[in-house]
Amino acid sequence: MSLKDVLSPFSAWKRTLEKPFTIKKPITEREGEDRYRGFHVNDIEKCIGCGTCEEICQNEAIDMVESYPITANKGDSGLRPQIDYGRCCWCALCVDVCPTGSLGMSNDYIWVTPNPDEWVFKPGIDEKEWKDDDKGYRRTEEAWLLDPEQEPMPVLEPEVRKNTFKEMAKGYQVTMALEEASRCLECGICIEACPTHMDIPEYIRAIRENRLEDGLKILYDTNPFSESCGRVCTARCQDVCVLGHNGEPIAIRWLKRYITDNTYEKRNEILGIGKPLPESDKKIVIIGGGPSGLTAAFYLRNYGYQITIYEKHDKLGGMLRYGIPEYRLPKEVLDREIKTILDTGVEVKYKVEVGKDVSLKELQETYDAVFISVGAQKGTEMPIEGMDTLGVLIGVDFLDRIAEGERPDLGEKVIVVGGGNTAMDVCRSSVRLGAKEVQVLYRRTEQEMPANDEEIEEAKEEGVKFEFLTSPVKISRKGDKLQVECIRMKLGEPDSSGRRRPVAIEGSNYVIEADTCVMAIGQKVDSEMAQQANIKTTRWGTFDIDPTTLQTNVKNVFAGGDCGFGPDDAIRAIADGKKAAYFINKFLTKKGEPLID
Amino acid sequence: MKSKELSETIEINQQTPTKTILNPWQPFWAEQKEFDLKSGKYLKIWHGPQHPGVTGNMALELTLQGDVVVDCKTHVGYLHRGFEKLMERRKFIQCFPIVCRICVPEPDYNEYLFAAAVEELAGIQVPERGQWIRTLVLEMIRLASLTMGLGGQAGAFGLVPVGQWGVAHRDFILDLFEELTGGRIYHMYIIPGGVRQDFPDDEFPHRVELVLQKLEKLILDIEKLMFNNAVFKARTKGLGKIPAEWVELFGITGTNARAAGVPIDVRKDNPYLVYEQLDFEMILGSASDVYERSLLRKEEILNSINLIRQIFKKMPNKGEVRIKLPNVLHWKVPAGETYVRAETSRGEMGYYMVTDGSEYPRRVHVRGASYTHAMALLEQLAVGVSIADVAGLMVSLQTCPPEIER
Repeated sequence: MSLKDVLSPFSAWKRTLEKPFTIKKPITEREGEDRYRGFHVNDIEKCIGCGTCEEICQNEAIDMVESYPITANKGDSGLRPQIDYGRCCWCALCVDVCPTGSLGMSNDYIWVTPNPDEWVFKPGIDEKEWKDDDKGYRRTEEAWLLDPEQEPMPVLEPEVRKNTFKEMAKGYQVTMALEEASRCLECGICIEACPTHMDIPEYIRAIRENRLEDGLKILYDTNPFSESCGRVCTARCQDVCVLGHNGEPIAIRWLKRYITDNTYEKRNEILGIGKPLPESDKKIVIIGGGPSGLTAAFYLRNYGYQITIYEKHDKLGGMLRYGIPEYRLPKEVLDREIKTILDTGVEVKYKVEVGKDVSLKELQETYDAVFISVGAQKGTEMPIEGMDTLGVLIGVDFLDRIAEGERPDLGEKVIVVGGGNTAMDVCRSSVRLGAKEVQVLYRRTEQEMPANDEEIEEAKEEGVKFEFLTSPVKISRKGDKLQVECIRMKLGEPDSSGRRRPVAIEGSNYVIEADTCVMAIGQKVDSEMAQQANIKTTRWGTFDIDPTTLQTNVKNVFAGGDCGFGPDDAIRAIADGKKAAYFINKFLTKKGEPLID
Repeated sequence: MKSKELSETIEINQQTPTKTILNPWQPFWAEQKEFDLKSGKYLKIWHGPQHPGVTGNMALELTLQGDVVVDCKTHVGYLHRGFEKLMERRKFIQCFPIVCRICVPEPDYNEYLFAAAVEELAGIQVPERGQWIRTLVLEMIRLASLTMGLGGQAGAFGLVPVGQWGVAHRDFILDLFEELTGGRIYHMYIIPGGVRQDFPDDEFPHRVELVLQKLEKLILDIEKLMFNNAVFKARTKGLGKIPAEWVELFGITGTNARAAGVPIDVRKDNPYLVYEQLDFEMILGSASDVYERSLLRKEEILNSINLIRQIFKKMPNKGEVRIKLPNVLHWKVPAGETYVRAETSRGEMGYYMVTDGSEYPRRVHVRGASYTHAMALLEQLAVGVSIADVAGLMVSLQTCPPEIER
């Protein structure tokens, strides 16, 4: 032991003169760092209640709860996260996984309350001292745990597909499907958006787990047109997909197609079609063999009823056959899918037009129930001069002719009027028919176009030109060319649909020369048969039905699909068919009781 | 106490293993000693599980003769939270926030080792900058842990100012962690695939440097107060000697082994991350007592400071810090097994992971450095030690009960 060792420790005394390390008022003198993970904040306007935060939280600290004043809506579950800070470990995985980026954490350093109940609260809804825009941990691009990019669908090159009606999308390969399926967050927001409420997360899970047979069964639980929908559905599910908020939505439609593409050969076997069904002596007639009618037939047949379909054409499929061109939905696919439905034991009477060949009244009296699903087959004509000029066609009739196998010569330049999916089908079919120049006229702007973005994009790739804010006012013929006189429009006040109403600009008329002009501005319902059975119709010509049960004023007559609610997409028609099957069954089994509890 | 008896007991402590003792069916550390407690010669007391000298919750069942320990049994299980089992029911990403809780003073090693094991099994390559930041984080937390540990060591012998300085300076490092990771104690920063975020700004290395300078200044003071202190020397020199032969026998690693002159350091033996590109020497001692181990840890602090400076100099300025994982909610890791290890301030820590191709790890086993130090070894070292020195002895082994129990 040296003397130095005895004295040296006393040097520590010098520290008594130094400034202390501690600070007196930690809350005011020292703010939490920018990245500090304190209590949560939630931008409730951005949050859609998908529950991914709840899913990833390993402490089960997050519960999705109903939160006044938030209500459920399209693409919003109406729930908001409630966090239990007795469980939270402040790991911020919920923030890093949040698909909308609404969730964050404040840098509030110290907050304490003697009331234990206050430790469970809904950030963004319950008032707290910290604000949403305070500093604190927020999700950054580099820390985001999700993949915002969709697996691209292999398609034919624009130059190739321009010349053929061959199917454009080639379908996912196994690895692509697995990759895409693994992006799903299983939030289920899509289920509500789908008119027929397909259990999307569940069949995507089936893909992930390589249980395609189970996947097919799940599809057929709600949609017997899954194979067609996997190609042409308007995919409202994708519009609300939670991943679409900050990236590209899951390719739900392509995943559905993947299941059907890989199982169609064994479809009847997997679904057990052909096995004996419960037999009922009740008979049901379905008028119109489109998606809605066939769907109703499929489910009603599975309840055990005897089904007869009356079809005007010589083939089933309705608008799926006559309204959608081959390059989007090959007829072969449609045929095999309809065959599955018919294999359940459905009787079909082709080339019988109800209302002319047989009266509705008669059917209504002979059968136990009637489901009308005649669709909206009549194309709307524009109330302008020259609609009957040679070379002016109606969109649906045009597509009908192509579906029948005709390949009309349209000349060099084609003008398509309209902005919906039919207009897209018409313009893209025209390209395939050899038209050199195809121009779409639409009276609003691209933003307001009701057609799917994807369709618009693909049409552009194929060389279709778009002319917005313009509308034809007069069509005449000069020599072998059509003279389409148009007027420029501007957008005025929003109308009842929320879109801004187009207003003509006086004196802005101009003339476009063309060989053919196709009007694809909408369809109408032909409901003349209604009078025969005293069924009420609306002023738009659709059947007047109860929106929930689809029942008309005549008790055993139901109507749905385009003829019930006006022209819409296939999935809406399918949903109506399924709904009709449910309520017709209820109507027949519980005679006299109200259909809605 | 009669001095003859005491010398006998001390002899037990000093005995070194010979070939006969190495009989695995009758190891010397499993010998049961019988004491006639009714004779009044002995006193049995519990040291822990609640005791400031016990770093966590762990109990020593001591049999005393006078104030000298004649028998010691270690009892663990007070801090068992079942992490390994919890992980089997959690998706890989959900394990990430819980692994750090296996060790309070050095959580980042758990994060790193878990991530490294998953990455190895999933075949993920971490971007270069991510690897450098990981190394930085690991060295920073080693620094924090050692600084506090040194304070704890002094505190256990009554030198409380060093304890206070140590904790205060650790807080300066935690401030840096708060800036970088968003958390002070549990950082949850090293995520499978890399690290969560890059530096907050370009000035971050400068702020780290300021803290390093503070620490260097602190070490000078600690040398005067602790290592050149007659009382500390008197109490610690010769206390808790670990014979070099025991290192392999007991599975001793880290500073405890190096203080006995056995060169074991995972950073050198099995370089991980970017340690191969860093220039440093293994720090070896020879005396193998409490004083030597403390001294080595002080050297380790200086070494870490040096390493952090090197890291800032050598790391790439730009680049990705993490790669995107597949959707973590359905992330499946291919079937396989691996053992990854790293050098913590206490010794070798390792993760043994088995996966079966599902979304959950099949089995994770955590090898904490303290597991071997605090249980079997401490039972041997405590014999013959004064009751007043037991806490100091325990701290010198840097026991960390949470990592014993996982």
